Amino acid sequence: MKSNNQSPKFAGPNHRGNNRQKAKNFKKSIIQLLLHLKPYWILIGIALIFACAGTIFSILGPKILSKITTEIILGLSPNASINFVKITTIGIWLIILYCASALFSFTQNFIMAKVTAKTSKSLREEISKKINRLPLKYFDSQSYGDILSRVTNDVDTIGQTLSQSLSQMITSITTLIGIVVMMFTISWQLTLVALISVPLSMFLVMIFVKISQKYFIRQQNTLGEMNGHIEETYSAHNVIKVFNGENKAEQEFDKINNELYTNGYKSQFYSGLMMPMMNFVGNISYVVICIIGGSMALTDITFIASIVAFIQYIRQFNQPIQQVASIAGTLQTTAAASERVFEFLNEEEQPDESYKTKTIKNFKGKVEFKNVCFGYSPDKEIIHNFSETAFPGQKVAIVGPTGAGKTTMVNLLMRFYEITSGDILIDGVSIKDMNRNYVRSLFGMVLQDTWLFEGTIRENIAYGKQNATDEEIVEACKASNIDHFIKTQPNSYNMILDEEANLSQGQKQLITIARAMVENAPMLILDEATSSVDTRTEELIQEAMDKLIKGRTSFVIAHRLSTIKNADLILVMKDGNVIETGTHEELLAKKGFYADLYNSQFTKKHAEIDELN
Amino acid sequence: MLTLLKYLRIRDWVVITFILGFVVLQVMLDLELPDYMGGIVTLIQEQSSVNEILIQGLKMLGIVAGSVTSTIIVTYLAARVACGFSKRVRRAFFNKVNSFSMEEMEKFSTASLITRTTNDITQVQQTLTMFLRMALSAPTMAIGAILKIVGKSGTLSWITALAIVLLLIVLITIFSFVSPKFKKMQKLTDKINGVTRENLTGIKVVRAYNAEKLQEEKFEDVNQNLTATDLFINRMFSIMFPSMQLIMNGLSLAIIWVGGYLISNGSLDLANLTIFTQYAMQVLISFLLLSMLFIIIPRGVVSGNRIYEVLKTQNKIINGTKTKPELKGALEFKNVSFKYPDSDDYVLKNISFSVNQGETVAFIGSTGSGKSTLINLVPRFYDVSEGEVIIDGTNVKEYDIKSLYEKLGYVPQKSFLFRGTVEENIKYGNENATDEEVINALKTAQALNFVEKLENGLNYEISQGGKNVSGGQRQRLCIARAIVRKPEIFIFDDSFSALDYKTDRALRKALKKETRKSTCLIVAQRIGTIMDADKIIVLDKGEMVGMGTHKELMQNCKIYQEIAYSQLSKEELL
Repeated sequence: MKSNNQSPKFAGPNHRGNNRQKAKNFKKSIIQLLLHLKPYWILIGIALIFACAGTIFSILGPKILSKITTEIILGLSPNASINFVKITTIGIWLIILYCASALFSFTQNFIMAKVTAKTSKSLREEISKKINRLPLKYFDSQSYGDILSRVTNDVDTIGQTLSQSLSQMITSITTLIGIVVMMFTISWQLTLVALISVPLSMFLVMIFVKISQKYFIRQQNTLGEMNGHIEETYSAHNVIKVFNGENKAEQEFDKINNELYTNGYKSQFYSGLMMPMMNFVGNISYVVICIIGGSMALTDITFIASIVAFIQYIRQFNQPIQQVASIAGTLQTTAAASERVFEFLNEEEQPDESYKTKTIKNFKGKVEFKNVCFGYSPDKEIIHNFSETAFPGQKVAIVGPTGAGKTTMVNLLMRFYEITSGDILIDGVSIKDMNRNYVRSLFGMVLQDTWLFEGTIRENIAYGKQNATDEEIVEACKASNIDHFIKTQPNSYNMILDEEANLSQGQKQLITIARAMVENAPMLILDEATSSVDTRTEELIQEAMDKLIKGRTSFVIAHRLSTIKNADLILVMKDGNVIETGTHEELLAKKGFYADLYNSQFTKKHAEIDELN
Repeated sequence: MLTLLKYLRIRDWVVITFILGFVVLQVMLDLELPDYMGGIVTLIQEQSSVNEILIQGLKMLGIVAGSVTSTIIVTYLAARVACGFSKRVRRAFFNKVNSFSMEEMEKFSTASLITRTTNDITQVQQTLTMFLRMALSAPTMAIGAILKIVGKSGTLSWITALAIVLLLIVLITIFSFVSPKFKKMQKLTDKINGVTRENLTGIKVVRAYNAEKLQEEKFEDVNQNLTATDLFINRMFSIMFPSMQLIMNGLSLAIIWVGGYLISNGSLDLANLTIFTQYAMQVLISFLLLSMLFIIIPRGVVSGNRIYEVLKTQNKIINGTKTKPELKGALEFKNVSFKYPDSDDYVLKNISFSVNQGETVAFIGSTGSGKSTLINLVPRFYDVSEGEVIIDGTNVKEYDIKSLYEKLGYVPQKSFLFRGTVEENIKYGNENATDEEVINALKTAQALNFVEKLENGLNYEISQGGKNVSGGQRQRLCIARAIVRKPEIFIFDDSFSALDYKTDRALRKALKKETRKSTCLIVAQRIGTIMDADKIIVLDKGEMVGMGTHKELMQNCKIYQEIAYSQLSKEELL
C-alpha cells in the first residue's frame, strides 16, 4: 500500500505492481544483506534459537496434554479412578512449558524488532548520506523516483523480512519437522496417512498461486492504465471541459473500468480460494484420521487420547506449509530489494578529499582557465583546450543558444564535474588541490531552477550561513527587493515554504538571491531570470543581482543584451564548446558567431516593430 | 460513508443475502464436525464395528465437501459484488470529478483526487470483501460454537468466557496503543520521502552551499522518529502473538484439567470433553477474527469518507439552460469582481469592458495582477463573485454549459496534449474536422512544418503529457486544436510564451486572417505579442489601470509604459 501513496509525479519504475521483482543475482544479494547484518549476527542467532525453542515447546504441548486425557480415560475403566495427583503434575509441567514457550517467542520477537529497526535505520541513513557523496554525474542517468523508492519501499521490504519472515521461516520449518516427529511418536500409521496430504497441499498452493498471479498481473496492468487515464483526465480538466470532451473521457474510463472489474474479481476469487482449499485438504485428512484412528481405537481405547492430540497436530500442519510457500516468494522480493539498496550503496563515490587543506590566503578573485578539456562522457569531449582569465571583480558573461552547454562552465567551476585535463586556478591555486567544499564556499550561486526547501523563509535564506543574524537576513531581503513581500505574508519570515505556499517563480528567485547575499561568498555564479517571470519582476531581479555582483568576480549565464554589453569578458558557447571569447566590442569586430547572433536579433526586432506599427 | 452503500444495486443486495446464507451454512457445517468426532469417540467406547465408524466418517466427508462448496460460492459472489461495487463507485467518482470546476479541483488537488480514485476505492473494496466473508461468519461461528457447548458444562463455559475476556483485553489494549502509531508511521514515511526528494532535487544547491550536513541532520531527525515509531509498533506485536498463544493453550489445558474432575464426579462424559475442547477453540478463534474486523473496518471507513467527501461536494457551477447556436462573439464584463471563497482580498476588482465581434482584446500586467483569473471567468472555471460576464447578450451563468463551450476555443497556459496521434489531438477540437481543415489549422498555428518532419507525420504518437514534443511545439498544437474548432471566441491564456519571436509573429499574422470573425482574448507577457490588439487592458493588482490601443496607452498609462520600455530596452538575445 505504501508505495502507492507517493505523489504520481515521482512515480519511479517501482511504482506499478512492484511486488514480484526478481533479483538478478539472488545469492549475492542475500549474502550482501547478511554481511550488512554482521554486527547483529549474535543477536539474530540467539533470536533464532529462541524461536526454535519456543516452537518446540509449543509443539510438545498437545502431546503432553494428551497424557492427561489418557489418565482420564484410564480412570474411567471399571474399578479404577482418575489419578489426579498425576494429572496435577502434568498440568503444572504444561503451565511451565506454555509460559516458557510464550517467553521464548516474546524474547525472539523483541530482539528481532530491535535488529530490524536498527538495520532499517542504518540503511536509510546510509542511502541518505550516499546521495550527498555521489558525483553529480550519477544523477544524470537516474530518476529521483527510483532512488526514493529505495529509501522507502526497498528498505521496508528488507525490514519486513527481518522482523517476520526470517523467524517465521525458522519457526515454520521447526514446526513442520516437530509436528512430523510428534505425529510419528503417536502413531506411524496415522502419520503416513497425514503426510499424503502434504504434496496435495503443495500442489494446490502452486496451482492457485499461478492462476491468481496471472489475474493479479493483469489487474495491476489495468490499474496502471487506469492511473494513466485518470492522471491525464484530471490534469487536463480544463481543456476537457472547454472542448466538451467529458463524454469521450468517460467512455474510455468505462472501458478500462470494466476490464479492471473483470480482472479484479477473478484475481480476488482465485487468491481467495487458496485458504479454503488448504482447509479442505486439512479437513479431509482430519476425517480420514478420525476414521482410521477410530478403527484402531476399537482395539485400544486409550488410543482416543492419541487421536485427539493427533488432530491438534493435523490442524497445525497446513499453516507452516503455506508459510514456507509464501516465504520463498518473500525471499525473492527481499533479494531484489537488497540488491537495489546495495547496488546504490556500492556506487562509486567522489574521492575523499579530507586531506586537502590548501586554502587561499589573501583572496583576490582571479580565475584562470588553463587548457581545460572536458566531456560529460569520456568518449565525447565538448570543451577543447579552453584558456581564459577572469580578473578580480570582473564580470564574465556566458552566452549561447539554448542547449549550448552554458551550465557546463558552472559545473566545472563548482567542481560538480571534474575536468578531464588542464586546470582551473583561483588566485593561482588549482581547484583540484583544494577541498571541494572549500571551492564551493568561494562561490555564491543563484540558479534558474529556484530550489527552496520545506522550512521557514528565514531558514531558507540562512541556508548558506546558519548562524546569520536576523539583521543580516532582513538586510539581504531588502537588497533583494523581497522584504516587502515577505512582510505581507502570514507569519512573515517564519512562513513555512512548502508545496502549498503560493510563491511565484520570480519571488522564489528573489529569495534565492537573498540566500546568496547572506552567504556572502567572495565570487558569484548567476543564472538570469527567463521568460517565466513577468517583466516587472524581472526588473526587480535584475536590480537585486546587480547589487549582488558589485565588487565580486562573477560568472553570469546571460539572457539579455544589457548584461552582455557591459561584461568584462564574454564566453560564447555553441554545441558545448566555448567558441569565442572577448568583450562585446571585440566580439562584434570579429564578425563571428556572436556578431551574427547579436546583429540578426537586433535588426529583426526593429523590422518587426516597424511592421506592427 | 454508509451512503456509499447506495452504489449496491438491489441485485447486489439479493446476492449479498445469498452470500450470508452460504456463510451461515458453511459455518454450521464446520461446527458439525467436532460433533461427529465426538460420535466416533462414543462409538469407540461402545465398541461398535469399523463399518459404523466408516459411515460416520463418510458423513463427515460429505459435510466437509458441503462446507468447501459453500466457501467457493461465497468467495466468488463476494468478489463479484465487491468489485462491481467499486467499479460503480469509481465511475461515479470519475464523473463527479469531471463535473468539478477549477475551484473544486484546487480544493482537493489533482494528486489527492488520483489517489482517491484508485487507492481509496481499492481499500473500500477490500474492506467490503472482508466484511462479506467475515462479518457474519465470525459471529455465527462464535454463537454456534457457544450454543454447542453451553449446555454441556456450566463450569467449562465459564472458563471459556474468562479466556475470551482475557483475549479481548489483550487485543484492545494493544490496538489502542498501536493504531494511532500506524497513522504516525504513514506520515513519517511521507516525510522521509519528502526530505530525500528535497535533497535530490536541490542537489546542486545543497552542494554549492556545503549544506550536506544540514540535509543529513534533517534526515536523521525524521529517521530517528520513524525508527522509534516502527520499533514501538513491532514491540507491541511481539507481546501480542505470544500472549494470544498463551491464552489459547491455557484454555485447552484448563478445560481438560477441570474436565477430569467433572468426569470423575460424573457431570461430564469423555465424548463431551473432547467436543468441548474443540468448540472452545472455535469460539476463541472467532473472537480473534471479529477483532481483526475491527482493525480492517476503520481503515475502510477512512477511505470511504475520503471518497464520500468528494461525491457529496455540491458543484459550484450550476448549469443553465439557454442555448444560442448563432455565432456572434460579443463579450461584456459588467462590474466584475472576484475573490476566492476563503479569502478576504479580491483578485479582481470592478472590471468593466466590452468587446465586439471580431475584435482582439489583450490583457497585460505583472504576475498576480489577475490576467489569467479574468480570462478564466469566461469559460466559468470560476464564477464571478460580483457583477456579470455576458456573451452575446446572455449572462454566462444562464447558458447550458455545453453550448457555452461550443462557442469557445481555449488554449491553456500549460499546454496539454493527450496520448494519441497528432491528428487525434487536433481533432479533439472538432471531431468532424476534415483532413483539409486539420492541415489548415496546423498551418495557421505554424505547426505544419514540424509535424511533417515527425516520424509518421500526422500519425505521430504523442506520449502522456506530450513529453515527446518540445514546449513550443506543444503550444502550437494546442493552438491548432483550438483553431480547428472555428469558435466564436478564442481564449489564449499566455499561449505564446514558448514560441520564439519569429514564430510568434508569423502565427499571429496567420491567425489574424483566420479569425477575422472571431473575438480574441489574449493574455500575454510580451508587449510584442499584443501591441496590434484592438484593445489592450492593463491590470495591476486586480484593478484595471488602463484600456486602449498601444499608441494610446503609450501616452497615458504609466504602468504600460514601464512594461513597454523595460522590454524594448531589454530585447531577448534569442
